[in-house]
Amino acid sequence: MKYRFQVVVSLKPGLLDPQGKAIEGSLPSMGWANASNVRVGKYVELVVDAGTEAAAASQVDEMARRLLSNPVIENYRIVGSATELRFEDVQ
Amino acid sequence: MSAGTPRVGVVTFPGSLDDRDAVRAIAFMGGIGVTLWHADRDLRRVDAVILPGGFSYGDYLRTGALARFAPIMDEVRAFADRGGPVVGICNGFQILCEAGLLSGALIRNRRLRFVCRFVDVRVETSLSPLTDGLVPGEVLRIPVKHGEGQFTARPEDLARIEAEALVTFRYCGPGGELDDEHNVNGSAGSIAGIRNPQGNVVGLMPHPEHAVDPDVGSMGGQPLLASLLAYALARV
Repeated sequence: MKYRFQVVVSLKPGLLDPQGKAIEGSLPSMGWANASNVRVGKYVELVVDAGTEAAAASQVDEMARRLLSNPVIENYRIVGSATELRFEDVQ
Repeated sequence: MSAGTPRVGVVTFPGSLDDRDAVRAIAFMGGIGVTLWHADRDLRRVDAVILPGGFSYGDYLRTGALARFAPIMDEVRAFADRGGPVVGICNGFQILCEAGLLSGALIRNRRLRFVCRFVDVRVETSLSPLTDGLVPGEVLRIPVKHGEGQFTARPEDLARIEAEALVTFRYCGPGGELDDEHNVNGSAGSIAGIRNPQGNVVGLMPHPEHAVDPDVGSMGGQPLLASLLAYALARV
């Protein structure tokens, strides 16, 4: 069975995010002076073919921990629940 | 070639830039530069390994994140485990951190500023393949050129790196002074390079291989590569 996952990777809260700061600095010049705490992360979508949803989720968690994120500087979360896909959905 | 000339391997990954400079610098300093290929599983009987600068795998995902899965890296890891000297320069440093051979990580420079200029770095320990025989406190003028060289680590790892004297180089002023002004990328503790606890793996952001030939401005890299050759020779 094929399951689709979304993984969001973000810099750890204590780490300075220069990209977020640069964006935050640009927003007031466009009229949005009330926006703050801008943080830039990564979004990864993937499909896993596994016997059960639990097995797929467990594998995605390991992949997120070992490759998609660097635990020294980043946190990750797996967004949404895994969705069972029809074959044509993953073409 | 005599038995007394160390062979230093330089790995080329897709996107490596400074591999040829490193091979040339090793030859310039009297060693034998040996080209190594990321897809091979053969270290070609080298006595030391350099992971060079560049943008391996286009810096996709994170700098150095994908290079660590290259077949040659299994051999580099085994070589390091046997005590073999391994040096990571710039992207090579990023790869060593991602591979877990060194602690910490390298993130975007402070203020997102790409830096490309000569900097002064202070030698902090003689317990590394690049600084064997050098005196801590010595200041060397070496170029940097990177956008993601800000060293960071978990607080507990940073404390351990300092406590175990794993810091090998710090960015400093011409007289060796440590201050924010000379911390070129905002690194924690002005750290420009670290070693592993065993002392045979070292990584740094500055480029000693670009600073051996007087024709190109500085010879600050010479003592480091001379150290590497002597260190490697002791193992031949």
